[in-house]
Amino acid sequence: MYSQGLTDAKGGDEPAELLAEFQAKIDREEKIEPRDWMPEAYRKTLIRQMSQHAHSEIVGQLPEGNWVTRAPSLKRKMILLAKIQDEAGHGLYIYSATETLGVTRDQLNDELLTGKAKYSSIFNYPTLSWADIGAVGWLVDGAAIMNQVPLCRTSYGPYSRSMIRICKEESFHQRQGYEIMTVLARGSKEQKDMAQRALNRFWWPSLMMFGPSDKDSKHSEQSMKWKIKRFTNDELRQKFIDATVPQAEHLGLTVPDPELKWNEQTGHYDHGEIDWNEFVNVIKGNGPCNKERMQARIKAHEEGAWVREAAQQYHANKKSEAA
Amino acid sequence: MSEMKLYEVFIRAKSGLNHRHVGSLHASDAEMALMNARDVYTRRKEGVSIWVVESCHITASNPEHEHEWFDPAEDKVYRHPTFYPLDKEVENM
Ligand SMILES: [Fe+2]
Ligand SMILES: [Fe+2]
Repeated sequence: MYSQGLTDAKGGDEPAELLAEFQAKIDREEKIEPRDWMPEAYRKTLIRQMSQHAHSEIVGQLPEGNWVTRAPSLKRKMILLAKIQDEAGHGLYIYSATETLGVTRDQLNDELLTGKAKYSSIFNYPTLSWADIGAVGWLVDGAAIMNQVPLCRTSYGPYSRSMIRICKEESFHQRQGYEIMTVLARGSKEQKDMAQRALNRFWWPSLMMFGPSDKDSKHSEQSMKWKIKRFTNDELRQKFIDATVPQAEHLGLTVPDPELKWNEQTGHYDHGEIDWNEFVNVIKGNGPCNKERMQARIKAHEEGAWVREAAQQYHANKKSEAA
Repeated sequence: MSEMKLYEVFIRAKSGLNHRHVGSLHASDAEMALMNARDVYTRRKEGVSIWVVESCHITASNPEHEHEWFDPAEDKVYRHPTFYPLDKEVENM
């Protein structure tokens, strides 16, 4: 999902009693807090997952920022700005929670800007039309919610609490996107076509947000045992498909998957195979917008340097005045 | 860039309730921390009052010593009303 580029974290030699006690605590559904003992691999896995999640919130502002100046009305513009502002907040909540594991914000920032850290593949796709903003809210935030709701119960206390806060804010994101799609789907033929093309563009990349298929995802098992994750990638993806297909049908839009069909027996939709080559390629940095996104982040960071310096200087001046 | 200071943020949701820890943020000084806290943690009127405290000023008990630390309270069941059985006629006391 927002941490789909996750790789395994290796643990050290840790006393078996401590490990057993730790697992028992997790099995009792007790939260792990920053100062509690935890296995090194648990800490590392969390740092990686949470920082990838935070980076995704931050980079996720960029595709939507593309439409702020061209939103079709003042109302839409205000809504879009509010949503983007929320995403910045989400990034900050999760960065703060990650710092409780013993990394600094500067380290995390550095990892993003030097390309060492990953963020969700979805944000490397362009937003070509206004309907894409609708599709992003509906599908991308929809997929994010599917992932984030179970994360509210994740075993690490600060992560869980930031997820609860985020989930409260998230539902307007999906609704405003679906509303954009609704208006377009019920508009002129051109508008409906535009909505359909946006769905065509964003459907498969949205499914990829849930990360590799369970059979190729090694770290899943340990994360499930530690209750960092509550559902596997494929389980969440299936939930998303089951919830979203009827929403598309309701608007008279067609999900771009010829193999998609309702399966009476399983009570789920069967779907076509995801193009995993495309997924791996985007994760590796070769998606349509990877370079552009990174450049925009670096530019924003550099051009914002004077603000941080001014704040520090202001504080220094006030201190010397007081002395 | 040298790191800005870390602040813990506490918010009172409405008058009459306790301030409650909601998270943390970085700022150059307390005043800026307060403004950032307003913008980050109360975008939907989640509070009527904010406290910020520099994280380094918080002294915390050690979770590994939880048991010894809190054990003075463990054997004092007589501090709870349920320790005192009452006759049926007066059980609403
Ligand atoms: Fe978000
Ligand atoms: Fe969102």
